[in-house]
Amino acid sequence: MSAISDQIVPRSGHGAWLVWLGAAAMAYLAVFALALSISAERLADNWTAALAQSATVRISAPPAELDAQTNATLEVLRTTPGIDEARVMSAQEQADLLAVWLGPDLPLDALPLPRMLEVFETAEGPDRQGLRLRLSAEAPSAIYDDHTQWRRPLIDAASRLRALSMLALALIGGVTGAIIALAASAALASNAQVIRVLRLVGARDRFIAHAFVRRMTRRAALGATIGTALGMLSVLGLPSLGPDATNGLGFQGLSWIAPLAVPVLAALVAWAAAMATAFAVLRGVT
Amino acid sequence: MIEFQDVAHDYGGGALFEGVTIALEPGSFHFLTGPSGAGKSTFLKLCYGELLPSRGTVTLQGTSLRQMSRDALAEMRNSIGVVHQDCQFLDHLDIRSNVALPLSTTGRAVSDRDVDDLLNWVGLRAQADALPPTLSGGERQRAALARAVIAAPRVLLADEPTGNLDWEMSQRLLSLMVELNRMGTAVLIATHDMNLIRTAKSQVAARVLRIAGRKLQSAGSDL
Repeated sequence: MSAISDQIVPRSGHGAWLVWLGAAAMAYLAVFALALSISAERLADNWTAALAQSATVRISAPPAELDAQTNATLEVLRTTPGIDEARVMSAQEQADLLAVWLGPDLPLDALPLPRMLEVFETAEGPDRQGLRLRLSAEAPSAIYDDHTQWRRPLIDAASRLRALSMLALALIGGVTGAIIALAASAALASNAQVIRVLRLVGARDRFIAHAFVRRMTRRAALGATIGTALGMLSVLGLPSLGPDATNGLGFQGLSWIAPLAVPVLAALVAWAAAMATAFAVLRGVT
Repeated sequence: MIEFQDVAHDYGGGALFEGVTIALEPGSFHFLTGPSGAGKSTFLKLCYGELLPSRGTVTLQGTSLRQMSRDALAEMRNSIGVVHQDCQFLDHLDIRSNVALPLSTTGRAVSDRDVDDLLNWVGLRAQADALPPTLSGGERQRAALARAVIAAPRVLLADEPTGNLDWEMSQRLLSLMVELNRMGTAVLIATHDMNLIRTAKSQVAARVLRIAGRKLQSAGSDL
């Protein structure tokens, strides 16, 4: 039956190109939206990991008390559960940090810089409220900063970027469905005689619908496969961000498998849209 | 098999016919006559569910058309062979494939030999591989008849099946329909061709119906 089902719909018609090209274009865009979504998620993970288990302590004490408060702070940190390691940053490390903002020729000796301690937390982390209370008692000028005020907006931004890319994917799926539905409707309308003859000889709606839907689905899958391949090549050709490319747009490692789902999803969307359209049209034919 | 119970059909604001009550029993042979526009084609369309009656009930195999699901109607049509006046085909498929459609679209086995035998019977063996648009009007009617009978229908409905045929071919097709009727197929032919009716009545107990004045009447034995 599938042999005749493949033949009963004439092969001509502009709808074929509409489906093919539409699916290819949508798949191409879907690959980019997917790359954006995966990159945003990776970016959020990277930022979270980079900032989550680190903190700094800033000690802005008078020069006479600076060493004493530094030692007291180190002692507090050493005896606090949830602190893995703490160390005083060197003058060069502080200069490197400030050079980004103030330039490399910074006269550090002439500036009243606070002393900076780099702190590494364990996975569980310390009781930050308790730690701050102990620091205020032992080293009143020490301020513990776990980067929360920086981390949250970054993660929020990455999450929003990811949500927007998912919305883009949903829109692409919807537009693909609309294109297929339009093409299916046009194909059914231009083959009114075919449908009438088939109903006359006793063909069921399911048989007639499948004949149209199968062809639409194949065209959509083929177009989406080509669009996906082109999209993946384009993503591959994006300029590299150098050694720290993990924050760049694109797929990495196993995430290259993700776009391979695009043709499958396109075929599913095409099948569903064409099937719904076909049955809606056929209900109007006696 | 096909029953009309007080059926009326409106067309363009007025009744085309009304009060039609008739049963087409298995093995019966009917001709349907009447002036052009009287509603012969409409009557046939009501017989296989392409139209629903405006009033009254049309029953196919015991089920009212109005209560029949689309799948049930499709299954029913597979047991009703129809020859339309306009003889529509799938123009991109050859005649052999078109004739086999009642079998191939319902998952039944298609024997090329059976199809060729049937095409041979209707004089279209040489045109088996031709596309429908290349056929003459008469050839299309013969192909439509072959398609209508290939699935061994229980009912055969034909709308002017010999309108474009010469006398010899008309007789040949009539013989085919008479033969099917003898095997139990109910036959209803809408026609203007009185010679065809007279010839048929000499071969089979055919009843002649006539639509006139919005009524379906039995034309009796005066033909």
